[in-house]
Amino acid sequence: MIEYIIAKYNYWIYIVLMMIGFYAMIGKTNLVKKLLGMNVFQWAIILFYVSTGSKKGGATIPIVMGAHGHYEPAQAIQFLNPLPHCLMLTAIVVGVSTTGVALALVIMIYRRYHTLEEDEILELLETSRK
Amino acid sequence: MISDQFPALIIVFPLIIAFWINIVGWWWKKPCFYMSVSALTVSFISSIGILNTVITNGTIHYRLGGWEPPWGIEYVVDHLNAFLLVIVSFIGLLVGIYSKRDIEKEMPQKIPQFYSVYTLLVMGLLGMTITGDAFNLYVLLEIVSLASYALIAMGEDGAPLASFNYVIMGTIGACFYLLGVGYLYIVTGSLNMADLSELLPKLYHSKAVLVAFAFFLIGIGIKMAFFPLHVWLPDAYTHAPSSVSAFVAGTMTKVGAYVLMRVLFTIFRPYFSIELIPATTVLGWTAVAAMMYGCVLAIAQHDLKRMLCYILIAEVGYIVLGISMANRMGLTGAILHIMNDALMMACLFSVAGAIMYKFGNRDITNFRQQQLNKKMPFTMAAFTITALSVVGIPPTCGFFSKWYLIIGAIDARQWVFAIALILSSLLSAVVFFKVIEKIYFKPREPVHPHNEVTHEEVVMDEAPMSMLIPMYIMVGGILILGILSGQIISTVIQFAVPASF
Repeated sequence: MIEYIIAKYNYWIYIVLMMIGFYAMIGKTNLVKKLLGMNVFQWAIILFYVSTGSKKGGATIPIVMGAHGHYEPAQAIQFLNPLPHCLMLTAIVVGVSTTGVALALVIMIYRRYHTLEEDEILELLETSRK
Repeated sequence: MISDQFPALIIVFPLIIAFWINIVGWWWKKPCFYMSVSALTVSFISSIGILNTVITNGTIHYRLGGWEPPWGIEYVVDHLNAFLLVIVSFIGLLVGIYSKRDIEKEMPQKIPQFYSVYTLLVMGLLGMTITGDAFNLYVLLEIVSLASYALIAMGEDGAPLASFNYVIMGTIGACFYLLGVGYLYIVTGSLNMADLSELLPKLYHSKAVLVAFAFFLIGIGIKMAFFPLHVWLPDAYTHAPSSVSAFVAGTMTKVGAYVLMRVLFTIFRPYFSIELIPATTVLGWTAVAAMMYGCVLAIAQHDLKRMLCYILIAEVGYIVLGISMANRMGLTGAILHIMNDALMMACLFSVAGAIMYKFGNRDITNFRQQQLNKKMPFTMAAFTITALSVVGIPPTCGFFSKWYLIIGAIDARQWVFAIALILSSLLSAVVFFKVIEKIYFKPREPVHPHNEVTHEEVVMDEAPMSMLIPMYIMVGGILILGILSGQIISTVIQFAVPASF
């Protein structure tokens, strides 16, 4: 059992992190905590992608060293798959901009209601409607 | 030839203009509207060009930067996306024109920002529709989501909180989609949809593929506000600015439905999603629940926009039901309903926006004393025709798509689905006739034979022309497309339905 967990530890870490984030998004009432949960959630997925592209045993980035002049057949096993990492560059940008938008919304909410607790804001909205 | 470049132009042109609107807007606010509308017009013309090419020459494969498909990003346009591109860019253009007066009133200091983000939103939806690459779809999905978060937050009191909740839910949805792509990438090493569809059949029994499929369904379900995952929608669309909710309600859920069809029938083969695991059965029964839930809750609302939001949830149910029947008639009905519903929802939310523009509130209980039928007769006529179409009364287009859906249900021998379709039509009739009654009929006044009740003259106070004309184009669409639906099916939709049905 332990070996089973350790052999695929990267997936376990990503699942645990993702669930922590998920819990914060669903369970917390403070908006900033929700936002932090969202960040943990997104970053867990990025870790998952990056770990799928990596290899044990000294594999490096796919640049053929010393290939000037003489040609050697490249060994696929020596190289990492760079594509997941490139994809995650985009996902990081997306994550940062989502966080930016969410923070701007939090500022807007705070200016309007002077609190960041969701239940208090809902109460205020209820009373303003009446 | 410029027409060869339409698939790139439809995306790139609004993208560049969205950027320039923001810069020009710092100094000069006036041209922002015209820049946005001209970008959307270019998109609309390109989408017509694409549809025309697809009808005459078949599927277009456009390679961005000339890279070969599994490595580079490829735009694939078949009958289904060409059809959807026209719908999205058409609604985008109309709502863009409609928004002029509304935005001038609602947020005069934010005009450049609004048009910049709005152009970006339309471009993102067009991109989601046109792309043939699973990861590219994720990026465009996030562009759409970010733009819609920002636009919704510009609305009335309560909008920022609604938008924040939408950010949280939307991020979960998009991340699930991303995880699905990741799992498929691990097992196949490809991101191109056509390539995935070739590689996956050998792996259908792998657990990773099943998990990926589940992640796709949940992620897209959140984005298209499919019944148990719809909780963000009513708040977000109710509090959004009028023009934003008109566009977003019309197109965003429909593009979600399109992505669902792509996942079910293109990335995965119909054999997988229908026979191997009973995904369509589950979707079908949930769709029935969505239809009932949406219509019943709509009856209870007295805020017009919130009522329409629940109707929208029911309409998403119709489309998913059509997809889940997995036969030719059901899918034809679903695709036809995507078009009809986009028009109907955009038109209904535009009417709600026009009422907001004139009266500052949209409470259904006030409609009687506001004497809407005399003050805004044209807007109310538009509302009534569209409402009849949602209920499904011929010759409006809503009737024809429901007709195909019911025939599909009978073909699939799902009698409960057919009954649910009729029942939810009746429920939506209750919802809309309640509003129409408030608009047009007066309570009977007690008769006093001696003192004649003096009726004061009500002055007509109609919404501005820039709102009425787009609204009436949509109404015209609802009437004409209903009559032409046979032709639309024979030229476009019958080729859009996956060939194996």
